[in-house]
Amino acid sequence: MEIKTATASQETKQQREVILSVRGLKKYFPITSGIIVQRQVGAVKAVDAVDFDVYKGETLGLVGESGCGKSTTGRTVLQLYRPTAGSVQFEGEELTTLRGEELRRIRRRMQIIFQDPFASLNPRMTVGNIVSEPLVIHNVYNKKQRREFVEELLVKVGLNPFYINRYPHEFSGGQRQRIGIARALALNPSFIVADEPISALDVSIQAQVVNLLEDLQKELNLTYLFIAHDLSMVRHICDRVAVMYLGKIVEIGPTNLVYNNPLHPYTQSLLSAVPVPDPTVEEQRQRIILGGDVPSPANPPKGCNFNTRCPVAVDYCYQEPDPELVEIEPGHFVACHRVT
Amino acid sequence: MGVLLEVNDLVTRFYTQEGIVYAVNGVSYTLNEGETLGIVGESGSGKSVHALSMLGLIPMPPGKIERGSVVFQGRDLVKLSKDEMRLVRGAEIAMIFQDPMTSLNPVLTVGTQLTEGLKLHLGMNQAQADRRAAELLDMVGIPDARKRLANYPHQFSGGMRQRVMIAIGLSCNPKLLIADEPTTALDVTIQAQIIELVKRLRDELKMAMIWITHDLGVVAGISDTIQVMYGGRIVERGPIKAVFENPRSAYTLGLLNSLPRVDADGGGGRLHQIEGSPPDMRIEPIGDSFAPRNPLYRTERCFTETPPLRQVEDSVPGHLVAAWYDLPALRKKHEMEKLKHGN
Repeated sequence: MEIKTATASQETKQQREVILSVRGLKKYFPITSGIIVQRQVGAVKAVDAVDFDVYKGETLGLVGESGCGKSTTGRTVLQLYRPTAGSVQFEGEELTTLRGEELRRIRRRMQIIFQDPFASLNPRMTVGNIVSEPLVIHNVYNKKQRREFVEELLVKVGLNPFYINRYPHEFSGGQRQRIGIARALALNPSFIVADEPISALDVSIQAQVVNLLEDLQKELNLTYLFIAHDLSMVRHICDRVAVMYLGKIVEIGPTNLVYNNPLHPYTQSLLSAVPVPDPTVEEQRQRIILGGDVPSPANPPKGCNFNTRCPVAVDYCYQEPDPELVEIEPGHFVACHRVT
Repeated sequence: MGVLLEVNDLVTRFYTQEGIVYAVNGVSYTLNEGETLGIVGESGSGKSVHALSMLGLIPMPPGKIERGSVVFQGRDLVKLSKDEMRLVRGAEIAMIFQDPMTSLNPVLTVGTQLTEGLKLHLGMNQAQADRRAAELLDMVGIPDARKRLANYPHQFSGGMRQRVMIAIGLSCNPKLLIADEPTTALDVTIQAQIIELVKRLRDELKMAMIWITHDLGVVAGISDTIQVMYGGRIVERGPIKAVFENPRSAYTLGLLNSLPRVDADGGGGRLHQIEGSPPDMRIEPIGDSFAPRNPLYRTERCFTETPPLRQVEDSVPGHLVAAWYDLPALRKKHEMEKLKHGN
């Protein structure tokens, strides 16, 4: 009995190895005014003090509505945007202070898949050149080896290697997304930010790409940060999920805990707003319809960020500062005055 | 309830430099007064083009309505002149589109765009039209409606712009509202607001609606009847519950199975996926367009002969399918075989 518990805890410990640790991450975009002399008159707080960890081999979902800062978070983590403040540790190394060659070296280990497979592939490059470009930049393999490796990658993502000399316009949306995935895999990364990888695809193609991402994760032991607004797909693919609102994480936890027991009023309304493909269920569903729109991140409300739309806000939600994340059950954190 | 709209064998093609695009390949259905029809399909299924063809909104050339009729309240819309069509569009049939930013004119105030139709179709003067426009904005839930009439589209958020579009669409009390992916560009919480609004207005104004979308969840919540399109044809159609509970087309079944659900734990298994990609519409469709992606249920005949849309024998009246195979029988057979192999 004791031995069993020991192995079990060891196993969870192994699973819980942190690959990415984000603390106090902020990304402000300046708002400037003036024609000759540009003065900063304000800031869009796209990401405003975000903390989270990503464990090795897991998929962390990052969900929220447009403008909530989920994509900016993904890009700031990868140092595609340099953060305004905060720290990003990846495989034990602090990324925010790295520059030039050091940063380029570590970028081999972390890659990104973009949303729009039409805009993210250079139309004048062949598939072979697109997928091998990272190998050329990082000086991996000679020309012949590269070609062989690219063919191997194409097979891996379900494309015919015969297509290596074709151009992106000759492919469908789903196939182009596979090319984008092959490019992301070229340098054998351990961590991939998937920024809405399926939202531009047809329904019947989405399942193909999601299955491919899951197969590759198992085969190559990949860790994903899966950015999406499709909450049904996130439930399927993610081990844990973080809900963002106006640049902050309002709730984070294991997927099933968050979906079965959403604590933040925003998460509750978000989940209730997702249509279910079942007319009988739809007939009986009670929606929590939020009034209004998301406030501008340049001018967030005083008090709790969500108080302008919150169905359960009370006086102190307008007076107290924005709530911090608090652990309610193991691994399940929420930032709401009404819950904590 | 009487028949409001009758579409008969509508065929639309585009004659482009790269060849003929077979966009709509024989679509026939009827819509009753007050009925909400949800049309589901992927890009290239012909769902939008068929609606645009009905309203004379496809560019001709390159587009051409090859044959068919669209009878709306006793008149064939296909045969109307441009001027006659303009009087139907907006007044009797209104349409709202996916992207409210590109369907509103950015250099005209919302008030100008709202009153245009009122003056043209209902013969109102400026003062009457202004008053009605403010009422309409109020009806679609835009606060401070009177003042907002003087605003330009960019001063509204995406959800608010779609409300403006709906107000314009409803301004002349149409009998039929055609909504082409009206919530696709919106966030889910805003989508829920818009759907709730449209449902309320539909019931109040007793209009019929055609809701075109790729989202089976939205259709499940809003429609009386669902129509699934693929390759420019209707592959299945029927009362919403009959089709969701007992799909008879392999494509409908595949779509339903491939969707993860927000209200249930999928169990962590792989998603059911439909192999292959949608058909190339530049090739003239012969047979069942879904046959190449349907290895489980297709028959030889699916490749050579186009299946007609016919009543499903053991389902409710109005449940129609275009398939040569008998889906429930084949599914049962597959189940039995699986069990046998399991033992």
